Amino acid sequence: MNPMRDPARPRRAPGQLLRFVASELKPRRPYFTLFNVISVPVILLTVVLLVIRFTYGLGSITNLSQEYPWGLWIGFDVITGVAFAGGAYILTFLVYILRLEKYHPIVRITVLNGFLAYVFYAGALLLDLGRPWNVINPIIGNSFGVSSVLFLVAWHFLLYMTAAFLEFAPAVAEWLGLRRVRRVLNTLTLGAVIFGITLSLLHQSGLGALYLMAKGKVHPLWYSEFIPILFFVSSIFAGLSLVIVEGTISRRVFRTRMSREHHASHDDIVLGLGRICAGTLFVYLALKVLEILHGREVHLLATPMGAWYLLEVVGFVAVPLVLYTIGVRRRAFRIITVAAVLALVGIVLNRLNVSVIAFKWYEAVRYVPSWQEVMVTLGVVFSEIWVFRWIVNRMPVVSPAPAWAEAQDTRRPVLGYRGVSREA
Amino acid sequence: MTDESPDTRSAVLPSGAGKSETAPAGIDRRGFLKCLGVAGAALMVGPAPARAATTGGEEPYGVLVDTTRCVGCRACEAACAEANGLPTAELDDDHVYDTRRLTSEKQWTVVNRYATDRGEVFAKKQCMHCVHPACSSACLTRAMYKTPDGPVVWRENKCMGCRFCMVSCPFDVPKFEYASAVPRIQKCKLCAERVRAGKLPACVEVCPAGALTFGRRNALLVEAHRRIADQPDLYIPQIYGEQDVGGTSWMYLASVPFEQLGFRTDLGTTPYPDLTKEFLYGVPVALLTVPAFLLAVSTAVRGATEAKAHEVPHESDARSSASA
Repeated sequence: MNPMRDPARPRRAPGQLLRFVASELKPRRPYFTLFNVISVPVILLTVVLLVIRFTYGLGSITNLSQEYPWGLWIGFDVITGVAFAGGAYILTFLVYILRLEKYHPIVRITVLNGFLAYVFYAGALLLDLGRPWNVINPIIGNSFGVSSVLFLVAWHFLLYMTAAFLEFAPAVAEWLGLRRVRRVLNTLTLGAVIFGITLSLLHQSGLGALYLMAKGKVHPLWYSEFIPILFFVSSIFAGLSLVIVEGTISRRVFRTRMSREHHASHDDIVLGLGRICAGTLFVYLALKVLEILHGREVHLLATPMGAWYLLEVVGFVAVPLVLYTIGVRRRAFRIITVAAVLALVGIVLNRLNVSVIAFKWYEAVRYVPSWQEVMVTLGVVFSEIWVFRWIVNRMPVVSPAPAWAEAQDTRRPVLGYRGVSREA
Repeated sequence: MTDESPDTRSAVLPSGAGKSETAPAGIDRRGFLKCLGVAGAALMVGPAPARAATTGGEEPYGVLVDTTRCVGCRACEAACAEANGLPTAELDDDHVYDTRRLTSEKQWTVVNRYATDRGEVFAKKQCMHCVHPACSSACLTRAMYKTPDGPVVWRENKCMGCRFCMVSCPFDVPKFEYASAVPRIQKCKLCAERVRAGKLPACVEVCPAGALTFGRRNALLVEAHRRIADQPDLYIPQIYGEQDVGGTSWMYLASVPFEQLGFRTDLGTTPYPDLTKEFLYGVPVALLTVPAFLLAVSTAVRGATEAKAHEVPHESDARSSASA
């Protein structure tokens, strides 16, 4: 039992705090689990590959070329990863703006997931930069390229990470037993949420807007002036589908830490999220169809790229839409999970199509990622899961907040996070 | 700027005399474009009114490539390599024409041979130095930069190596040094230093066939139109780069349709930065309005839930008034 849960416990001295953090760094679970056995070698190999990459240049381990300047690291890690992280801003919208208490139990884990996704996947952008030491140039203001969509995206990443951290920070304060800090942080939550949603709306669409100037390079079936809107709408069901899938996994992995309230509300939450996914998938599908009709691109569907496009839109947009609808109606959770997985595959396909597969589809020599690029991508994903697991196992993310925190909230009702209560 | 405009090779161009001494440095692009259009129109009449029309800013420098004159000697490749410290081009080897070559980080200009309706035609390719460059508007550090003189140059101390310029460039010009731990973006810079010193770009200076003409862009357009008018049988009535992607500083004359010379003719006449302009205009609007909207919704909903929370414990019939 965590000693900090005791509300009567006196405040800790700074030295004690450090000792506490040091003790928390130690692993809590068995070393040889399947995940550890796979992920540790991959992460170690990733480190080696990155040393090679920063010593000999990007060409040493990637298949990037003059024709394909952006590959898997941008197309999957950054562009797909950020879409998957969209759950955080949707959940904060539901809980803090619309005050739908039903979704409260999962808001912390989703925000944590979103925050770490940004740190690791947007952080993977640094690996792809040829001259990363100049990354501060657009931040410190000696070179504001304000006409660049990437300038906007970079700033929004940075600001959103700050906002997401502020949203999650009360959990850190509860973990460390910092009462006064928690009270201050809680007053910042609503501001961070509002700011975070605005930023998300802009950079989710901004990732699509990156490709507006690649006109003539992205296949016309995928290129459209509405690409920012399509990216934004799809980030809604992408993020929520990940919340659904991640929720079913977390329920097993963190079973012992989860509050009873969390367990009990799970089904209700999944049904609600499934409904939102079905709705946004419908909007997205309608926009896709309109875009093809509007662009007079129907005849392109009869080409090989057209078949590939249909696979994406029918197989991984229309089918999950139908499955979500059926699953929610019948309260069939397995169908909902399948729908969520298919929707996620569809997002991976869509983002990779825009950024890699349908990008310069006319080129004779196509880009295929090297095994090293795949390995580094896996390394990034596994590292994120490690940090995620470490935090969930220590901080009150799915577990109830310490009693003193709950007492704080009842004394002064806060706008911000209300700890998951102990009672079911 | 008091230097005389460098000599042009094949025509006396009126631009050198028409330079304004007081061109403001930070002239607005759109206004500039407007002036440019007026200047171009005025120049069709004669050089004198152009002087008045260009007071808003100077015309960018550019080069007119007359592919009907190019003999494929590749002296421009060699001169470019020498002027920019790149690996020397092997000029004796004619096998280079067997394959279609692209510019690279080590070779900023290449001449290719094309089999066309009118026999073999040579065409030199390099950075087009767009009037509204996609690369520089894509650059988040302003490393890709269009100098007021016209050349689009890359600035080493600013670039973070994101390669968004490569994604955005409609001509696929910027090249990246993948084999380096300290990579640079490499491309033709229209010999910006030489031009500033009053010299010609290396390739223009060396061209023995008179295929390259250096000068102010509006003057080059006048010259190009004159050549087409003089020899309508030789040239197709089109100048590549006059309108394409909103205009480029390198422009081409040809005797055959430009697709046959490996040019993309499907790029349209919209300046590429305009493709993202609407989105970028929306950003400050969203940053101001969305938070206000969210705060309003949040406050409205809080009012409702708190009213409910206060009244429900007392009596259930109070619930009906909660919405008030």
